[in-house]
Amino acid sequence: MKILVPIKRVPDPELKAKLKDGKLDLGGAQWVVNTFDEYAVEAALRLVENADSGDRDGEVIVVTIGPDDAGVQLRSCLAMGADRAIHVQGDDVELDSLMVAKTLKAVYDAEKPDLILMGKQAVDGDANQCGQMLAGIAELPQATFAATIEVVDEGKALVVGREVDAGVEYKKLPLPALVTVDLRIVSPKSVVNHVTPDDHEYSDGPRYASLKGIMKAKKKPMDQKTMGDLGVTATAVVTELEVTLPEARAAGQIVESVEELVKKLHEDAKVL
Amino acid sequence: MGNVVALCETNGATLRSNALSVISLARKAAELHGGEVILLLVGKGVSAAADDACRYAPKVVVVDNDGLENYLAETYAPILAKVAQDQGASIVCATATAIGKDVMPRTAALLDSGMASDIADIETADTFKRATLAGNAFSRVKISSDIICVTVRQSEFSPADALDSVGTKSDAEAGELNSYGAEFVKLEGGGGGDRPDLNDASIVIAGGRGMGNGDNFAILEKLADTMGAALGASRAATDAGYVPADWQIGQTGKIVAPDLYFAVAISGAIQHLAGMKNSKTIVAINKDNEAPIFQIADYGLVAKWEDTIEPLTAEIAKLKASQV
Repeated sequence: MKILVPIKRVPDPELKAKLKDGKLDLGGAQWVVNTFDEYAVEAALRLVENADSGDRDGEVIVVTIGPDDAGVQLRSCLAMGADRAIHVQGDDVELDSLMVAKTLKAVYDAEKPDLILMGKQAVDGDANQCGQMLAGIAELPQATFAATIEVVDEGKALVVGREVDAGVEYKKLPLPALVTVDLRIVSPKSVVNHVTPDDHEYSDGPRYASLKGIMKAKKKPMDQKTMGDLGVTATAVVTELEVTLPEARAAGQIVESVEELVKKLHEDAKVL
Repeated sequence: MGNVVALCETNGATLRSNALSVISLARKAAELHGGEVILLLVGKGVSAAADDACRYAPKVVVVDNDGLENYLAETYAPILAKVAQDQGASIVCATATAIGKDVMPRTAALLDSGMASDIADIETADTFKRATLAGNAFSRVKISSDIICVTVRQSEFSPADALDSVGTKSDAEAGELNSYGAEFVKLEGGGGGDRPDLNDASIVIAGGRGMGNGDNFAILEKLADTMGAALGASRAATDAGYVPADWQIGQTGKIVAPDLYFAVAISGAIQHLAGMKNSKTIVAINKDNEAPIFQIADYGLVAKWEDTIEPLTAEIAKLKASQV
């Protein structure tokens, strides 16, 4: 199975956001691979490998759109085990989801993967749009919010367990298809490719790059492209005007007993 | 000038409560755009809810087709796009439910439109306010496409009231349905039971990893039943398998803003706070007085849940009894 995994770099979500002139101050940002995209790389590797024998049947290609620096995040995905990378030059701050989807569609056309696997959203913009837009433009079936993926029909289709409001919805997609992943896709038994023994339990979370993986990643191919090379002429229709930080919620009071709590909820907050 | 098409989810003969939030946004948007609100119902048998929908808007468009028995983004998105164009829409919107979040970006792509996700407000005809960075920042975005696609955060828009006049219903064709081979297989339900939906509940009780195991959530169920509350959980608790994943409140998971929120044995990771910090009154019960949850709680009780939940249930039951 040939899998294309689009990734985005994001400012480290554990660090506090700072503003400058009404925009996020990214001057000193620590960039990391978007959490959900890293999970997509992990899921892609689980789909193509036999975790017991170490053999692999398929290819995992990571792609990003960003400035020179974004190559660092592509390398870290190669170090996890992806086979090669495509770096499309672009100013990631100026892009909107639709432009990203159009650019990725051009990459999809060039690579013709069986599956596009990506995070359900970037944890900076929290937009949750790109995958669905790409599926729409590329006329592919889609499964968003994947918690589980099982390969069925001799590798010609997937059954995806999707986290929806009322539980888990199972949806079957013939390949080629697009899947966006949610948190639980990196659980020990969330990906079943029927090549790795079905009872295999992965460790929870995305794999760490081994030293060997990091060394190998330095030699793996990374294609450089521009949006012009890909024939993308779209401009952004969504512009961010301003970023503000919400007012901090005033700290409340510590109560000493259950009786006091109920009294205050009833008499002061009037919510009981 | 342009109209506003709002996709509304239905449940039998009525609109789902989440639809009332997108209707609120649609009314505000229609005023700013000088157009009218058109509610769109899509699915097999949705005609049954048309009368209810007509109470909320001057116009209701119904696409009722046997081929739409199960929701699929692949078949729904082209219908949304076509109705939007046929109805002269400048805004197409839905509540950011699992369906809204899944179908609206695909619709935007078909319309070559920009989209604002999970908005907290519409400020002018083309400018929207929305939370980013797990709720740690707000972004104002301007969208320049002819049609703008929007999903709304349910907790930011109060439910619309019915209008005095009753709207008119019309049917539209589904057109050719192409699922691109995708099939609905089955839905495995969560464990909510008869309790109020997390997104609608005015009181939510959420438990965290500190509950220790799934069985211990029974004590929270009793507390919830005393107040007609919904039950939720932190990611740590759902990941540990204590309760189903659809109970999860946070950046990933459900975003709620009830009148009263109880965080029990939840430390208050940033991703959890993103899902509940707009609640009107927050109560934190945690044995660790350093837990970050206390920084945003209106009322904090530093105590073990084992020592507090049963007395709290009894105390509230006593209060309720005195109010009858």
